Amino acid sequence: MADLHKLAIMLQELDDQMVACMKCGMCQAVCPVFAETMNESDVTRGKIALLENLAHEMIADAQGVKEKLNKCLLCGSCAANCPSGVQIMDIFLKGRVIVNGYLGLSPVKKAIFRGMLTKPTLFNALLSFGGKFQGLFTSKVDDLLGSSCSKIMSPLIGDRHFLTLAEKPFRKIASGLDTAPGKSGLKVAFFPGCVVDKMLPHVGEAVLKVMKHHGVGVFLPKGQACCGIPTLSSGDRESFDKLVKLNVKAFRKGKYDALITPCATCTATIKEMWPKFAENYPAELKADVLAMAEKAMDVSQFLVDKVGVKTVDSPTGGTRVTYHDPCHLVKSLGVSAQPRTVLGACKDYDFVEMSEANRCCGNGGTFNLHHYEVSKKIGQRKRDNVVASKADVVATSCPACMMQLTDTLSRNGDRIAVRHAVEIYAESLD
Amino acid sequence: MPSDALTKEFQAIVGKENVLESEADRHSYSYDSAVLDPVVPELAVRPTTSEELGKVVRLCNQHGLPLTPRGSGTNLSGGTIPAQGGIVLLTNALNKIVEINEEDLYAVVQPGVVTATFANEVAKRGLFYPPDPGSQAVSTLGGNVAENAGGLRGLKYGVTKDYVMGVDFFDVNGELVKSGSRTVKCVTGLNLSALQVASEGTMGVFNEIILKLVPPPAANKAMMAIFDDIDKASETVASIIAHHIVPCTLELLDNATINYVEDFTKAGLPTSAQAILLIEVDGHAAQVAEEAEKVVELCKKAGAVEVKAAKDEAERNKLWEARRAALPALARAKPTTVLEDATVPRSQIPAMIRAINEIGKKYRLDIGTFGHAGDGNLHPTILCDKRDKEEFHRVEEAVDEIFDVALSLKGTLSGEHGIGLAKSKWLEKETSPATIAYAKALKAAIDPKGILNPGKIIGG
Ligand SMILES: Cc1cc2nc3c(=O)[nH]c(=O)nc-3n(C[C@H](O)[C@H](O)[C@H](O)COP(=O)(O)OP(=O)(O)OC[C@H]3O[C@@H](n4cnc5c(N)ncnc54)[C@H](O)[C@@H]3O)c2cc1C
Ligand code: SF4
Ligand code: SF4
Ligand code: SF4
Repeated sequence: MADLHKLAIMLQELDDQMVACMKCGMCQAVCPVFAETMNESDVTRGKIALLENLAHEMIADAQGVKEKLNKCLLCGSCAANCPSGVQIMDIFLKGRVIVNGYLGLSPVKKAIFRGMLTKPTLFNALLSFGGKFQGLFTSKVDDLLGSSCSKIMSPLIGDRHFLTLAEKPFRKIASGLDTAPGKSGLKVAFFPGCVVDKMLPHVGEAVLKVMKHHGVGVFLPKGQACCGIPTLSSGDRESFDKLVKLNVKAFRKGKYDALITPCATCTATIKEMWPKFAENYPAELKADVLAMAEKAMDVSQFLVDKVGVKTVDSPTGGTRVTYHDPCHLVKSLGVSAQPRTVLGACKDYDFVEMSEANRCCGNGGTFNLHHYEVSKKIGQRKRDNVVASKADVVATSCPACMMQLTDTLSRNGDRIAVRHAVEIYAESLD
Repeated sequence: MPSDALTKEFQAIVGKENVLESEADRHSYSYDSAVLDPVVPELAVRPTTSEELGKVVRLCNQHGLPLTPRGSGTNLSGGTIPAQGGIVLLTNALNKIVEINEEDLYAVVQPGVVTATFANEVAKRGLFYPPDPGSQAVSTLGGNVAENAGGLRGLKYGVTKDYVMGVDFFDVNGELVKSGSRTVKCVTGLNLSALQVASEGTMGVFNEIILKLVPPPAANKAMMAIFDDIDKASETVASIIAHHIVPCTLELLDNATINYVEDFTKAGLPTSAQAILLIEVDGHAAQVAEEAEKVVELCKKAGAVEVKAAKDEAERNKLWEARRAALPALARAKPTTVLEDATVPRSQIPAMIRAINEIGKKYRLDIGTFGHAGDGNLHPTILCDKRDKEEFHRVEEAVDEIFDVALSLKGTLSGEHGIGLAKSKWLEKETSPATIAYAKALKAAIDPKGILNPGKIIGG
């Protein structure tokens, strides 16, 4: 291994944050990964200890630490429960950037991030191509869930029941929008996020419909890119910075009151992570990043807090809908009441609470790819809670969670639909 | 690192996936919640059945390999640091609640059951397991028994030892020793269960624990009394008990802690108060009403500026939130939090707190004190930065002095956090050479090779 000392020096930047961890272990009570594996290295306290040991050159196995660091959903449950207020997500993401910078990115990730994700036009073209031909390789499993599985064995896909690429991405359906505020006097910038764009365009359409209904102007610029979380969580700072810049460029031209997304992960990334990594950006870029972060909010939060959507009295006996709290919404941003209010505003639905609604579903982006077995077990607990609620539909506010819920419900053969909260609301406006 | 051959022997017992041997994994078991230097074990081994547990212990003994049992590693005295190397024995997969007997009011558990999980399961059946250490969401029952953990309800309900009816444990040869019984009364043989309580893994490895359960109280009432003088607060503690009222909880927060909590929670605590007492009485509704009234009267008589009683569950929760925020609030103030555990007879609380404040001034340290006033069990919490060597040296000197004072007031080194590695050097100050010799003789007879958590409590 090259120069461990160099890595140690880089990691010492984090020392001020890491030293705040008093090793009390309270994070263990809420960590979904620990609950399945029971390994100290899988919980925050262990990961922080490992980074500290690397920083103090007590341990030489940087690769081993990297693997432990990656075995984490970045769900933020630990941070929300930490008595000492340790900035855990910061430490983990910065730690990954530093350790990866040192060890180098895997060739596959390098190809995806640097060669595709940061070049949205190429990325979109490739995926559109994929969308047309995927039928050749996949079989439909469940029409209600819209899930498929792979006809050919692929190590990346395994036995997952996944959502397929949309025939026509959202960007092709609507892009370059810039409508004036209507009766609400409000205007939003709309950041659909990759999954909505490529797999769930109807969620994007639902957002547009809802905004139109409430007389909210929409700015939906061309040239949007991924929010950057896949690159950041893989420790690829270079690609992350590129994506932030692309987005800033796309949104710079618009005037808007709020930047809304239907993706909890995107909201949290823009709101929390962009500013944290903007420290050394040039002044103008930094100002734009901070302004976007300031305005970023979840779509339900916008509907309730800004537009004034309220729960309505509706006759019982409607479709039973329950709600799964995406970690990035409830733990990072504290948003949990608004999506429930939005569901409560749908007159044909009865809202039922499931137990452990705010427990992670186990997706965690790339975690699902690398640690599918653990991810599946965490998902199973969520599935059991959904089923126990006797809901007909499970709603949520994050496309990544929708993918995980779809996989787990489909594999269990449950006839429970997975919807975005805003989709249900849009439907109820008919 | 142990030889590959030895690693394979462990793997043969518990399976490959339960022998953690990578450098990163071993470093993850080198510390616990105590502020001490880590020691890296050679392996971490996780049995998943009693049978495997016994075999692991036996193998360690055969090879002269020290073993350090570990529950959740939340102890505050270094009990799970593998001081002399060897293996860390993970008990967290032994997490079955074997039986909850609702008729005879006992439960049988494996040692790795998480305390709060157990308390919740018991509560679902309308029963009550009172010991509630602040760490209960993570700590294990095995760790609780090994440390004789206490909690907020210690005053009325006692601590873990008061609920241990029996412990089945493996001796150092891996033989299963049974002690205690499922009956409330049992005087058969030596009280070996009692030897296991607070033994911190040095006398045997628990396999199953029999715990007493009690019926839950029907009602409760929480109050907060505010004082402008800490002596008056302490007098109140004594006066309540002297009037034969035993609250389930009687907690004290000093002025420094009140201010940190208020900064953190903005709960509206009186920041100029020198102390607040949080008091809860429980029992039958009529008794609770009567006792609560009496407590308010006694507080006022002793000079409380104000007494606020919680009107409903929401208000009660608010009061306890303030108490629960004590440690987090202090922990956020500075990078390192040295949470101590000095315990004195109740009547000596004012003297102890005065001494702590003097010591804080003398060593130029920030100290907040809170704790279980009803038990005389105080947690002076020193806020510092362990990276600042000079400051940390002052912390060590201050801790030394705090214990000297506690002992001079006829107190003890540890009310609930144990001796472990952290305090073994002071043991002789509290006990006597003969006491230590007796303990060492016992240890030598039980564990001649020094396999079971060596280096803890009595050193060596
Ligand atoms: C935030 C916080 C709050 C706390 N609050 C309290 C409190 O209110 N009251 C209190 O008393 N303590 C408290 N503690 C201390 C600690 O939680 C307790 O000592 C607890 O009992 C430790 O349980 P554990 O499962 O973490 O045990 P560990 O720390 O893993 O182990 C403790 C000891 O038990 C031994 N041991 C574990 N399992 C076995 C076994 N199967 N057989 C034999 N020996 C075994 C270990 O070798 C070790 O010596 C607190 C700690 C923290 C971090
Ligand atoms: S809860 Fe916070 S302070 Fe405690 S061990 Fe986990 S990260 Fe550290
Ligand atoms: S972010 Fe989630 S998965 Fe990762 S350590 Fe924290 S609680 Fe566990
Ligand atoms: S968070 Fe996920 S879905 Fe949202 S933009 Fe980023 S990668 Fe795409």
